[in-house]
Amino acid sequence: MIKIKAKDVDVFYGKKQALFNISLDIEENQVTALIGPSGCGKSTFLRCLNRMNDVIDICSVKGEILINDFNINDKSCDVVRLREKIGMVFQKPNPFPKTLYENVSYGPTIHGMAQSKQEMDEIVETSLKKAALWEEVKDRLHEPGTGLSGGQQQRLCIARAISVRPEVILMDEPCSALDPIATAQIEELIDELKKEHTIIIVTHSMAQAARVSQNTGFFHLGQLIEHGSTDKIFKNPDNTKTQDYITGRFG
Amino acid sequence: MNLILFTFIILLGFTSYYFGRRKAHTIQSTNKRLTALPQFYGYYLAIWCAIPAFIIFSLWAIFEPTIVKLLILSDYSNQGYLDDELNLIYEKTKALSRGQFTGEITPFIKASAEKYLSLRSIAQSSKVVIVLSIIIASVAYAYKRISSNSRTREPVEKFLNAVLFTASLAAILTTVGIIFSLIFQTIDFFKVIPLFDFVFGTHWYPAKAFVRDSSEALDPSMYSDTFGAVPIFAGTFFIAFIAMCVAIPIGLMSGIYLAEYASSKVRQYAKPLIEILAGIPTVVYGFFAALTVGPFLKELGTSMGLEVSAESALAAGGVMGIMIIPFISSLSDDVITSVPQSLRDGSYAMGATKSETIKRVIFPAALPGIVGSILLGVSRAIGETMIVVMASGLAANLTLNPLESTSTITAQIVVILIGDQAFGDPKTQAAFALGMSLFLVTLCLNIVALRVVKKYREKYE
Repeated sequence: MIKIKAKDVDVFYGKKQALFNISLDIEENQVTALIGPSGCGKSTFLRCLNRMNDVIDICSVKGEILINDFNINDKSCDVVRLREKIGMVFQKPNPFPKTLYENVSYGPTIHGMAQSKQEMDEIVETSLKKAALWEEVKDRLHEPGTGLSGGQQQRLCIARAISVRPEVILMDEPCSALDPIATAQIEELIDELKKEHTIIIVTHSMAQAARVSQNTGFFHLGQLIEHGSTDKIFKNPDNTKTQDYITGRFG
Repeated sequence: MNLILFTFIILLGFTSYYFGRRKAHTIQSTNKRLTALPQFYGYYLAIWCAIPAFIIFSLWAIFEPTIVKLLILSDYSNQGYLDDELNLIYEKTKALSRGQFTGEITPFIKASAEKYLSLRSIAQSSKVVIVLSIIIASVAYAYKRISSNSRTREPVEKFLNAVLFTASLAAILTTVGIIFSLIFQTIDFFKVIPLFDFVFGTHWYPAKAFVRDSSEALDPSMYSDTFGAVPIFAGTFFIAFIAMCVAIPIGLMSGIYLAEYASSKVRQYAKPLIEILAGIPTVVYGFFAALTVGPFLKELGTSMGLEVSAESALAAGGVMGIMIIPFISSLSDDVITSVPQSLRDGSYAMGATKSETIKRVIFPAALPGIVGSILLGVSRAIGETMIVVMASGLAANLTLNPLESTSTITAQIVVILIGDQAFGDPKTQAAFALGMSLFLVTLCLNIVALRVVKKYREKYE
């Protein structure tokens, strides 16, 4: 089933065009990896999906992005509701300078999802369990989230993102600041999370894309060169540029 | 003369730098590797010029007057003069030699003055000779000594270290000096006025101390109920409180606006405009408060049936608050802007609105800095003088009515020290006691501030 349908998306930073005519379908409950050299626009495309580009003054987005057949670039789209449905995990772990508990309860609080303290406790516990962090931190929920290790911080950010039960999770190079062990934990987690969420992950690591994703899109100079099942892209790409990038000839 | 000598020494310094560097280049040209860059050889020689010059100059400044005085007064020894009389003779001699003596000129004094002048000129020329010869000798010695493997970098770095250390020492020593000058006068003050009366007395009326004839003996009982500091401490905190009531909300909100809401264009113009407020001299604020705000408040109050004094704590505190706005706004703007963008992104990505993000993420993260900026504002408010002197009057009323006039510690120090001051008089010493207590209060405030900031920092980092 198709969850997100991007049609002819153009993105401009001021006068400079960053994305050209991107059309891409994202499958539900699968992991889609976006790969490509630095500055090719894959992160920009990811940020279009939860309208995070709104934060940047000079950025403008054209074209249609349909999520559940609703165009999120439409004026009637409520950004607060959109971002409740579409969570995001960033490149550098960015836990708030608050306690672990407050970090995870942040989303449910602002969206009014818990009626009582007990409900909130449950949400926090389930989210941390799903993020595979519960066992490590259950005794120190009221210590600052910034005191965790890098990998734990990133899992805390994932717990924060899934606490509002989003349908889609966007991950912008979630492992680039982590060591191999923490990376392996996060990849395992991604595999688990795709049962309930649709996941789109931007990555610089070809191996990671091959390991975690079912579908892959290859971006180059603001264009989507090729997309399809990860198997096909990695084993038998149609485009020579894709072939060159994957075999490490450039990028 | 000193100026010419000084210029000459500086020129010598540059010359020795040049020679040092040239020698280094010469060594280099013989294909020898240097231990440091050629500049260091230059600096090294310049230091060999500067240090002896500095030492001789300071020794000269310390010993020359004493030696000259000894030589002059040796003529008068064994004539049964008292020390005070000798000092007087010496002062007369100096005045005469400058041509500023107006009294009767005795032959003795005249002879002394001539001797004084000749001694001074001998001292002056010997100073020139000694300084220059020692400098040249030391530079020449160092010049001969430097070679390809002499260490020049370490001494230069050590010298810089010492210069910087001296600079910071100067600031610290000044503070210590101020504290000591306060302490001794304060102790003298409390010998006459009991500490208890000062700290708990509710009448501040230093004008009463004006009436004492200085020839009369000091009678502590006449000062009872004169130096009770409660009204002016109350006034100080009251006016500072009013000022902070104005400055904190407006300053914080404008800081948040500038940092989070204003477009870069608005910010570009608004921030310097707000900072102009900080550049206005406080005396201008003072007459703005006294001549514009005060009468306006009085009229407004009268029209509402309130009795408002023309010089009110409200006028002074309000204008003082306006003065402090830019400190709080500008500092909190800086602090908020320095909260990492990743935290904002994290919050927006959770679906939080701008105000939720500010309230729940950015403000707590920026809190230590904001508290710091507020406390800086408070110490400005407590130390502010001119606005209070001009707009809130000088009568130290014990009141909590913002519409009446009241006075502050700083304003009272001004009142006490304006005009002729008699040292050793409790009235003058009262200023020192006030200064000391002001110092203690702000010190405590700073300590509390540091602790608060540290506590929050531990929590949020």
